[in-house]
Amino acid sequence: MSAVPVAPAKLVVEGVGKRFDGDDGEAVVALAGADLTVAPGEFVSIVGPSGCGKSTLFNIVAGLTRPTQGRVLLDGEEPASLLGRVGYMPQKDLLMPWRSVLDNVTLGLEMSGVSRRQARARAQEELGRFGLKGFEKRWPSNLSGGMRQRAALLRTFLAGRELMLLDEPFGALDALTRQTMQEWLLDVWQADRKTILFITHDVEEAVYLSDRVYVMTGRPGSVQLCLDVELPRPRRFELHGSPEFVALKQKLLTPLHEASRRQLDAVVG
Amino acid sequence: MSALPDQQQPAAAGDQPRSGLADPPQTGGRSGARGRKVAAHVLPPLLFALAVLAIWQLGVRLADTEESTLPAPTQVFSAMWEIRDLLLDNAWVTIKEIAIGYVLAIVLGVGLAVLLCSSLLAERAMYPWLVVSQMVPIPAIAPILVIWTGFDMRPKVIVIALVSFFPIAVNTIDGIKSTEPELLNLLKTLGAGRWKRFWTAQLPSALPFLFSGLKIAAALAVIGAVFGEWVGADAGLGYLILTLNNQVATSEMFATIIVLAAIGIALFGLVQLAERLMLPWYHAGRKESNS
Repeated sequence: MSAVPVAPAKLVVEGVGKRFDGDDGEAVVALAGADLTVAPGEFVSIVGPSGCGKSTLFNIVAGLTRPTQGRVLLDGEEPASLLGRVGYMPQKDLLMPWRSVLDNVTLGLEMSGVSRRQARARAQEELGRFGLKGFEKRWPSNLSGGMRQRAALLRTFLAGRELMLLDEPFGALDALTRQTMQEWLLDVWQADRKTILFITHDVEEAVYLSDRVYVMTGRPGSVQLCLDVELPRPRRFELHGSPEFVALKQKLLTPLHEASRRQLDAVVG
Repeated sequence: MSALPDQQQPAAAGDQPRSGLADPPQTGGRSGARGRKVAAHVLPPLLFALAVLAIWQLGVRLADTEESTLPAPTQVFSAMWEIRDLLLDNAWVTIKEIAIGYVLAIVLGVGLAVLLCSSLLAERAMYPWLVVSQMVPIPAIAPILVIWTGFDMRPKVIVIALVSFFPIAVNTIDGIKSTEPELLNLLKTLGAGRWKRFWTAQLPSALPFLFSGLKIAAALAVIGAVFGEWVGADAGLGYLILTLNNQVATSEMFATIIVLAAIGIALFGLVQLAERLMLPWYHAGRKESNS
């Protein structure tokens, strides 16, 4: 493990593991023990193949699942429940089809008891930045994939949590939309520097966006590698071709490739 | 029994907003195209009905059937006009019974659905009995209801509620369960408690299913009213049919049946109208994915 930031950490995950008791009495270990630290204002990614337990880790940090070992610290404290403390954006956009775009993005504010009028006013201010101006009265079914994803992100932003968990938010988008969305996300993040923990299986995306990347592998999953991405910001798309970028990408791909090779060999025999 | 509405969610990738409009106007302009579309939906069933009536009329004439066996359509319509006051008075009684019974069925059906979905224990304890309750031939318990409550409106209202609450309850249960579990998780992370999750996610998810149940219940409510009145009544369209039957007034009986059917169709139409008004998003999504 390399450089742990000096500033008091926003999020500390200490030896967190999860074991599910199967129906046949056999326990399934979904997460063997994960350690990671995220400083305030940092953009940190977790990369790993499917089945490495990254979604389980996310659910634990979001407060939806209790870990069977280890602990999660938020601002240096271990809260009784993480529910309602952390912004959470799952893979699916989960926009409610019966609500207009505007009423979807204000969901978080509504749940914390902000009046509808105030919530809408807050949302109106942000619609432009999220590319949704003029679409606020539409049904989500009338939006493109990229717009739906931006609406889901705005909903997460407006909920106003300091730490936001984003689980492969661009996973379902086509490659081109995906790249422009990454660039856009960096712009948005640069403006108010919320702390972001980002899950992806795309190494390039992780390097492009993050200050630090954790690599998770294996079944059960654990954190294998931590890599600081010291590329200058603001970053632009052209960065993808730079030798530093390619070198970092390679560094991350090697352990991931080895792990999946081992997994395949184990199956093939 | 539960009719599942086809929930289609158009998944569009790419960054171009989809237009919420239907196909581009064809030749002849938008209103002309719409007029043709309506005509294409209304004319075929209308012409079909006219053809059936014509064959009926012709058949009765050619075979020289007795009016008391099978009246010709023209005889039915003239009988309808002759006894119009009788029909209206009795229709009013039946409509009141159906209205009260139907509302009762909605309260009972939705209430049971919410109760069963609120606790696993309640569901396990009651769901099998909910199904069993439908194996009881409800018209058969109507005489018992008459013993308990007398000849007034009550036994009819109860029969109507009992035959029509079931599709409402079952569809609402299915609807509540159709809520995406990830959406409920999302609401949890936003700090939403149980009731907030129910109101913001589960109830709206259930509405399209509830309306399917309401449409089935509309048809059953009319059947329930007729059965209820057959057991013991001194007014109502079901009662009128029995009376006319004793007089072998076949044309008048057909006329009464037409009025009963019209009540059922009107109720169905009201439900459909309410659905259009309450679920604009549901129909917007469907139009979108059909185009």
